[in-house]
Amino acid sequence: MSLDAMVLILITVISAATPLLYAALGELVAERAGVLNLGVEGMMLAGAVTAFAVTVTTGSASLGIVAGAIAGAVLAFAFGVLTLSLLANQVATGLALTIFGIGLSALVGAGFVGIPVERLPRLAVPGVSDLPVLGPLLFGHDVLVYLGLLMTFGVAWFLKRTRGGMILRAVGESDVSAHSIGYDVIKVRYLAVLFGGLMAGLGGAFLSLSYTPMWVEEMTAGRGWIALALVVFASWRPWRVLLGAYLFGGVTILQLHAQGAGGLFGLPAQVLSMLPYLATILVLTIIAAGPWRGRLNAPASLGKPFRPAT
Amino acid sequence: MTLITTRRSFVAGSAAMAGGLMLGRSARAQEALKVGFVYVGPVGDYGWTHGHDVARKAVDAKFGDQVKTTFVENVAEGPDAERVIRQLATSGHGLVFTTSFGFMQPTAKVAKQFPKVKFEHATGYMTAPNLAVYNARFYEGRAVCGAIAGHVTKKGVVGYIGSFPIPEVVMGINAFTLAAQKIRPDIQVKVVWANSWYDPGKEGDAAKALIDQGADIICQHTDSPAPLQVAQERGVHGFGQASDMKTYAPEAQLTAILDVWSNYYVERVQAVIDGSWQSHSVWYGFKEGMVALADYGPAVTDEAKKDAEATREGIIAGTLHPFTGPIKNQKGEEAVAAGATLPDDKLQAMDWYVQGVQA
Repeated sequence: MSLDAMVLILITVISAATPLLYAALGELVAERAGVLNLGVEGMMLAGAVTAFAVTVTTGSASLGIVAGAIAGAVLAFAFGVLTLSLLANQVATGLALTIFGIGLSALVGAGFVGIPVERLPRLAVPGVSDLPVLGPLLFGHDVLVYLGLLMTFGVAWFLKRTRGGMILRAVGESDVSAHSIGYDVIKVRYLAVLFGGLMAGLGGAFLSLSYTPMWVEEMTAGRGWIALALVVFASWRPWRVLLGAYLFGGVTILQLHAQGAGGLFGLPAQVLSMLPYLATILVLTIIAAGPWRGRLNAPASLGKPFRPAT
Repeated sequence: MTLITTRRSFVAGSAAMAGGLMLGRSARAQEALKVGFVYVGPVGDYGWTHGHDVARKAVDAKFGDQVKTTFVENVAEGPDAERVIRQLATSGHGLVFTTSFGFMQPTAKVAKQFPKVKFEHATGYMTAPNLAVYNARFYEGRAVCGAIAGHVTKKGVVGYIGSFPIPEVVMGINAFTLAAQKIRPDIQVKVVWANSWYDPGKEGDAAKALIDQGADIICQHTDSPAPLQVAQERGVHGFGQASDMKTYAPEAQLTAILDVWSNYYVERVQAVIDGSWQSHSVWYGFKEGMVALADYGPAVTDEAKKDAEATREGIIAGTLHPFTGPIKNQKGEEAVAAGATLPDDKLQAMDWYVQGVQA
């Protein structure tokens, strides 16, 4: 395989991984604060349709991206009101949020089916972008790809190195203890859930503006659920989420290439289609079980409603 | 009059119950014939389900107050489908269209329990006194696409994105390849399976992979416009699926195979109203107007147009059958003898590829 072909493949991998990365990072933060939000798919769709609609209506992709993020956060806020303030069951509410998001996005998007939109422009750095191999690989993406990587770094840094991150983790590990030493558990969880919605919305915006620049119903095709699984298999660690997203995207693209090139060791196409799931689960499980600080890392208060003692 | 029951499901049980409640509330006006439609995807997929919904609206427009149509979209193939179909049957629907291959068993099961309700199942093969089957000869459209592709391709490499390796899809790949070989004997058709009917992202990625491997024509048997959009961006050509997709790919789309269900749906609803409905198994093509083509795109040369039209007219006149021998399979063995044509039952069970297909 030539170098140019490899570069082309890697570029495709990066765009396939980015929506997963956004959604999974957002969910990771919510879960580290102890909130299980299964509505990722719905929030992504809300982000996708809003970003698309705003971009088409106003002609500004930047506005579209912002609107997409806000739309995800609005749905997340509704989830927060129900589960954090009204103490509804998180699993049931999350599932309902997904169904709601699918329906709402289809309703909003009904007038936008069949309209094309310009793909997000690739950031071109004069001189550097024209370098062979490295140019297109490192400097040939749109702003959302870079923002996603930046977000991974930011989330990892925030959780590990900042006071805010420590409070958030404390709330997720033991809400009662955090509460008893004076932290506002509900407020922290609201912020974490809103961040999750914002990120899912950005992931959706990437889908409808860059990955496949169009709006069609249910265009997420299950990516919200894959993101949820990634968080678990990444044992709630941001860098592993990044690894998982790229691994999943990478094996997905590679198996498509393997099929186009005439198959792989005579494996049936169905087996090749399973590979992204198998490989991602396998690698992340080995890392989590391995000797290097490996342990299952689930936040102890995950999914439990918190009612402050009065 | 339209009555829309939209059910977007992830949690099958609860959603089906909610759907049932809504249906129950609307089961009043008995004078109008209630016609139900069960869709596998969303009506806004701009592909397969969209096509069926366009036909449902044609039924609405044609019959007005005589008919009430209901549709349930995003119904998963399997046990969930049975519940939905039964809901429609118990809520006073006189005619139910189930529009995906995977609805066959559930439809047949429910049809047995409700002998007075008429059922129409698309693309299957099981019939009963109250269960009719209809399908379109999409392979005829694929043959025309093949003729065009043979002219338009420069490298002689075609990328074909399949959904699942079922006879319907395999038949399309073979019809396309055979027609393309008539123009360009050395043409190579690379098949990539998306293992999904509808995943815009993955379909687009498959198109990218195929173009990276040298394909300059992209065919798809999946439902979203994503592959064609990729073709447009990469400066290659392709064919629309189920709907005219030229807004997404004004230069890239050579033509699109259109599913035209409206005539059939209107005819069958009329038959129920008249009391003349009978079960049957039909497979309509260009001739009956169930398969049609979108306008040719700007990249279709006059020569290509001539061959495309000749193929289409030959099929309508019955002088040309896309599966006329000699046809060789992938191993180079003779599968269809010279001059013979494959009968319909062999086509509907097709599980082998012709020479030139790489799958």
